[in-house]
Amino acid sequence: MIDVVNLSCARGDRTLFRELSFRVQAGELLHITGANGAGKTTLLRTLCGLTRPIEGEIRWDGTDIRTHGDDYRMRFLYVGHLNGVQGELTPPENLRATAELTDTADATRIESALTRLSLDAYHDFPAKILSQGQKRRLALARLLVRERPLWVLDEPLAALDVQSIETITDILAEHLERGGMAILTSHQALDFGAGNVRHLSLED
Amino acid sequence: MAALAHAITCIVRRDVTVAWRRVHDVVLPLVFFAIVTSLFPLGVGPEPNLLRELAPGVLWVAALLATMLSLNRLFANDYADGTLELLALAPHPLSVLAIAKVASHWLLTGLPLVLMAPLLALSLNLPDKALATLLYSLLLGTPVLSLIGAIGAALTLGLRGGGVLMSALVLPLYTPVLIFGAGAVAQAANGQSAEAHLSVLAAFLALALTLAPWATAAALRVSLD
Amino acid sequence: MHKYASPKIFYPFAGKLLPWLAALTAVLLVTGIYLGLFVAPPDYQQGDTVRIMFIHVPAAWMSMFIYVVMAAAGAIALSWQVKLAEVLASACAPIGASFTLLALVSGSLWGKPMWGTWWAWDARLTSELILLFLYLGFMALQASIEDPRRAARACAILALVGVVNIPIIHFSVEWWNTLHQAASVSKLGKPSIHIDILIPLLVMFGAFKAFFATTVLMRMRNELLERERETQWVAQVVEQDK
Repeated sequence: MIDVVNLSCARGDRTLFRELSFRVQAGELLHITGANGAGKTTLLRTLCGLTRPIEGEIRWDGTDIRTHGDDYRMRFLYVGHLNGVQGELTPPENLRATAELTDTADATRIESALTRLSLDAYHDFPAKILSQGQKRRLALARLLVRERPLWVLDEPLAALDVQSIETITDILAEHLERGGMAILTSHQALDFGAGNVRHLSLED
Repeated sequence: MAALAHAITCIVRRDVTVAWRRVHDVVLPLVFFAIVTSLFPLGVGPEPNLLRELAPGVLWVAALLATMLSLNRLFANDYADGTLELLALAPHPLSVLAIAKVASHWLLTGLPLVLMAPLLALSLNLPDKALATLLYSLLLGTPVLSLIGAIGAALTLGLRGGGVLMSALVLPLYTPVLIFGAGAVAQAANGQSAEAHLSVLAAFLALALTLAPWATAAALRVSLD
Repeated sequence: MHKYASPKIFYPFAGKLLPWLAALTAVLLVTGIYLGLFVAPPDYQQGDTVRIMFIHVPAAWMSMFIYVVMAAAGAIALSWQVKLAEVLASACAPIGASFTLLALVSGSLWGKPMWGTWWAWDARLTSELILLFLYLGFMALQASIEDPRRAARACAILALVGVVNIPIIHFSVEWWNTLHQAASVSKLGKPSIHIDILIPLLVMFGAFKAFFATTVLMRMRNELLERERETQWVAQVVEQDK
């Protein structure tokens, strides 16, 4: 469970939003909306600890994430604007490199992740030959390699084709069903059917 | 602890793999080292005694500049493709992970420089008795250059004019290493003991290993903000 | 103390201090220069050229002092996100660089009669030169980063790294100088300290300190106006000035 309490963020000297509070619990998806420049990306990066807020607290299971320290970073997976894909490595090498930052990677999970996201054809090729959409899928494949309760996703569906969007939506739904949480931004409407989807607009 | 050690080996292995597939990236600073060293005889004339006088300084300045040049490879690519972010999100202290990157960078750039130096030293008539000291001084000094340079590289990520700006920031900080490194070789060339100089270089290395990781991690966080 | 960390309160407070500081600077400067030029005795070795010491020594000292202030302000800005500390650090840099330049030029002028050349790689001058490069690097980094908060944090880290290195650079340059010292080059010797020399020196120290305080407050006020331009209190100030 993640709690945001009175969060205020700024970019340079410009305040983006003030005293934002919300909570996300197991099985919930929070869809953050707002115009360009409203601070959606900054909010997500603040949740991950990449950006410092001006004031306010973020609490994981009741404790401030700053107290959690390194531990908190074991609780979530972040897929931001950049794909985190290294061009010289093959898709499985990429996934292994990221996964191994936490612990030994499970080779079977890597293979099944690649299959689920239709990247098998490029298994032994350097990732630089992949198209934008394929690189995005590779970035999202990270979500399947490790079990984490919280997914923080910034425009996960960008550059994806219809088929892939369906796959990702399915993957998200499965995650929520297992009791996971997701906080994401998306210009596209998300169609779930099941699952607890809430919306939060940064306009106010 | 084991997880951290695992992460460090993973980072080094990944960097070496990537470098292996982009060999030109790694070889270029070494070529630069050779070119700069050759420029000096062309500039000051081939008089053997003059070159012998200049050799310690020239070799060290060239090594310094070559290291400088290679530093843009340290974080910039990872910053651009988003891999650096993922490092910052790993459940390990960023200072240690940054050291891992500096270590792999040194293995790929610093170490080859050290091994190349004796060859170039011969072209500048450096006396044979100074070659060992040359190796030791560079072995101690190039990691310090990489560690200090990492701070500059981290501070200038994503900025326009990055490379030149980084050089302007880092080169003044290199002067102590240059003074004692070239000084050590000059001492040895004159038949004197370079022990004091090498001890100071070792002290610099110890200091850099303690302080630079903190500064590099802080700078990386600022750039990723 | 906390109250004055607010830009809104600091701005008028600094404004009130400024005329007094400027007056103090003028008085001390005139006194110091008069004492240095006419009252202090010429050195038995260097004659009248020693008088430039009254500019060179305080300038060199200020160049170091301001760097330390800059680094300390940066440390505060980094740890507690205090905007005033950020503005202080940024305001210090050009002033510190100017003092460094002054020290270099006055040092060069001082040495010319002795060395016969406009420059010699004397230990102190070389250290000052490297310090100038550190200042210029700081200013270049600041200018290259658009976001003022990121610029302040990056420069704070740079200043802290610099402050740790400055003693190391001094020590290294001293060593280097003694090793390579040719017989003809002599250090910028300090003449023996005599009360007639001490007084003008101290007055000049005070004058430069007051000058620093005046200029840094002026620069800080300017920068605060720019960084807080979207707030109400700045709008009011602009209104009042019309």
